[in-house]
Amino acid sequence: MSYLQHLEDQSIYILREAFANFKNMAMPWSMGKDSNTLIWLAKKAFAGKIPFPLLHIDTTYEFPEMLSFREWARKHYELDLIVMINEEARKRGVGYETHDPVTVTHELKSAALQQALAKYKWDALVTGIRRDEDSTRAKERYFSPRTAENEWEYRDQPPEFWGQFTTAVGPGEHVRVQPLLDWTELDVWEYVRREGIPIPKMYFAQNGRRYRSLGCWPITKSIESSVDTLEGIVAELKTTKTSERAGRAQDHHERNAMQKLRAKGFM
Amino acid sequence: MPPAPKAVSKDYVPVFFPKRQGGAGAAGGAEEARTSIVVVGHVDHGKSTLIGRLLADTGSLPEGKLEAAEKASREEGMPLEYAFLLDALLEEQAQNITIDTTRIGFRYEGQSFEIIDAPGHREFIKNMVTGAAAAEEAVLLIDAKEGCKEQTRRHGLLLSLLGVSQVIVAVNKMDLVGWDQARFRELEKEIREYLGGLKIIPREVIPISAREGATVMRRDSKNLGWWKGPTLLEALVASRAKKPSGDEGPLRFSVQDVYRFDERRVVAGKLESGTIQVGDPVVFFPDRKTSRVKTIETWGDNQASTRVGTGRCVAVTLEEQIFVERGHVGSLPDHPPVESREVRARIFWLDAEPLRLQAPVTLRLGTQSVETRLVAIDRVVDADKLEAVNEAREEVGRFEVAEVRLRCRRPLVYDAHDQVAATGRFALQRGSRIGGGGIIIFAEYSLSLAKAVKGEHLTWTEGRVTSEARAAHFGHEGAIVWLTGLSGSGKSTIAVALESLLFRRGIGSMILDGDNLRHGLCADLGFSIEDRAENIRRAGEVAKLMAESGLVVISSLISPLRKEREAVRASSHSAGLSFAEVYIDAPIEACEKRDPRGLYQKARKGEIRGFTGIDSPYEKPENPDLILHTDKESVEDSVAKLLRHVLGLVQLKEKDQESAGGPGGQI
Repeated sequence: MSYLQHLEDQSIYILREAFANFKNMAMPWSMGKDSNTLIWLAKKAFAGKIPFPLLHIDTTYEFPEMLSFREWARKHYELDLIVMINEEARKRGVGYETHDPVTVTHELKSAALQQALAKYKWDALVTGIRRDEDSTRAKERYFSPRTAENEWEYRDQPPEFWGQFTTAVGPGEHVRVQPLLDWTELDVWEYVRREGIPIPKMYFAQNGRRYRSLGCWPITKSIESSVDTLEGIVAELKTTKTSERAGRAQDHHERNAMQKLRAKGFM
Repeated sequence: MPPAPKAVSKDYVPVFFPKRQGGAGAAGGAEEARTSIVVVGHVDHGKSTLIGRLLADTGSLPEGKLEAAEKASREEGMPLEYAFLLDALLEEQAQNITIDTTRIGFRYEGQSFEIIDAPGHREFIKNMVTGAAAAEEAVLLIDAKEGCKEQTRRHGLLLSLLGVSQVIVAVNKMDLVGWDQARFRELEKEIREYLGGLKIIPREVIPISAREGATVMRRDSKNLGWWKGPTLLEALVASRAKKPSGDEGPLRFSVQDVYRFDERRVVAGKLESGTIQVGDPVVFFPDRKTSRVKTIETWGDNQASTRVGTGRCVAVTLEEQIFVERGHVGSLPDHPPVESREVRARIFWLDAEPLRLQAPVTLRLGTQSVETRLVAIDRVVDADKLEAVNEAREEVGRFEVAEVRLRCRRPLVYDAHDQVAATGRFALQRGSRIGGGGIIIFAEYSLSLAKAVKGEHLTWTEGRVTSEARAAHFGHEGAIVWLTGLSGSGKSTIAVALESLLFRRGIGSMILDGDNLRHGLCADLGFSIEDRAENIRRAGEVAKLMAESGLVVISSLISPLRKEREAVRASSHSAGLSFAEVYIDAPIEACEKRDPRGLYQKARKGEIRGFTGIDSPYEKPENPDLILHTDKESVEDSVAKLLRHVLGLVQLKEKDQESAGGPGGQI
């Protein structure tokens, strides 16, 4: 079996195990390549119907194309889509115009997620995180419990083997389900290419620049690239030396920014 | 802040690519198979150096890494230290977090490998288990100078437990022992013997020097000219080529869920072993209902699949509307799994709180989840010394390995680990936390498929009185003594005598007589082959219930067919009951001469058709627990022999008798 096939089957297995074991799950969705790969895998896992809601945390700093993509995908995939905005923080004036990126990310993403969790009381969230993205994500488990305070006790994680995951949680706790954990950025693109998964145009070069990772527009930089095909992206990735999230300002605002963000519930 | 991006058009459509031609299996990158390898061994025996060397020699390091390490080593006035390479790589990948497993890929000779780096320190065994359980191959490293150490053995033991049987041993640091062949052979002998005890036959034992780069990728004809075997990488590539896909194994389809999101009823699950095809008659255990596969559902694929193989997660629809749910296991009728409440396993325990006898835990195997109790600890292996600890144990402690017996609340569907690995291993969960796992070391396969269960949505109810408590109360265990033999061989005579002898000893016993059953429970059955089989099945089920209640059941039925007797034996064992097949052996001439009921005479005249021994076959037991030659010995002698055997079966062990405090002493 090809490695991509193995990854696909493993992800499908994880998605189904989550759906069978949790009563009330949801899938945060950012519309990026990983997110769209997840939708694709969920469609396969559940024979064409995604039986749980998707959550888009709208920071109000979304690229216009992403919002258009959101509406297109909602119809195309028949999604049950929930859009969450931290209105309270926006009213307080939290924004990139006045605040640092770590604070804004925390308020408009992590805090918004907390608000959604409090409102919908999900016991499992499917995330698209991958081990290769970031050092703090390397030690994740496929099923990763979070305390009621949305914290991650990574020093004492349960063992995970032979397809047996942590599927029980206490009151107020939830589990992060991470079907893409073993995938690399290259694997995702190879899979997008193999399957023909629709993705936003911003990943492809326009006027000599393209986006490698998509976030809020004020803090997401495009890279210099003339690549406008999937083959080109795969080839470019095989030779690049810069990291995927180099263009995401909140990661680099201060030392260990990502660690701080993740400890507070960031994906 | 950059300027706000421009709006996009209203009729937005994202980038669509055609589905790539060629699909899975096409050459290059993630589209090939990948072998996962775990490198284990005692601390300081050269794990990091070997991984660094593998990456460097195969050109798998990111650009500039090798040069940077060379520069750093030069500045220190040292030769290149390959371990630094790995450490630098890991540092970059994991910064200050080193306790978890990491995956590093490399390619050689057109094949992809992935090293799962599992830390081997004692306190991190939990992570090592998580890492090594995912590996298909293991490289066990031994320092040529130090030889086998405690962790070498412990890791060997864990590999055998995790079912990683594909092992290559690398005797490292050969340069430190002057490339001495005699030393290598001595270590080879030692490790082969040790692993042999764990039933692991290493595919290769290879002399290497990771630091010098000898026999990792390149041969070292100067120092290791005497080595004619493969290099480490050659051995890894060879094993890759030999690896079976699992498609050849028997079908085991673990049902994850049944979806009814639209008009379809989709059975979703994973192919743990074997292949599934449209049209296949699939029997779903534990209910044993059968249905043909109607379709294999694929989403996003233009062409429908008609056959898929091991490892795939599939969704199928069925021809017949049978009851199937999560936890069921699909199989083909000719090679079914075992269905039993009894599990014999070798387990490892990882939780700080020990696993105690009789304490409830959840056994999770595939998608099955069953309440279980540890009912016996046969042997505990001290992982440090790797010796069996013989004293009676009440618990399995942290990081201990033990051979145990578990009893489930309801039947578990499984295989022996050496038959089908994926359905022969399980995790044990206490509360909401996985605390250990194990592999199943024994499975009693039945020669025939038991009847399908017709009812739906059935549950198992278990009372609070355990079989141990029952045995303690009565002072003996329940059991089934199955007498088989020709009509007139003396079954009834012996059964009657045994029953009264047992009863006088305070042992509850009861005869189950074939003819008597036919007056009641089996009154609807005749003597056709089907009816006779059904007669035996019912007798077996009744015997099982009575024995479970604590009685010693003496069944007295001709039961001529081996297959049927074996089915009763397997079904008794799966309920955790002792079963003794006793062959009442008398030649047909002797039986015919006795002819207590005049039946042989009638059969000879043709008044009875299908009479066993005359015009219907009797299959002698192949391995009976006891044979009684009633034509050669007296009834008293036969019964005395049988009594001894039965007492051995049902008598409680000394310890149990003390706790029983009941009539146990009377036996």
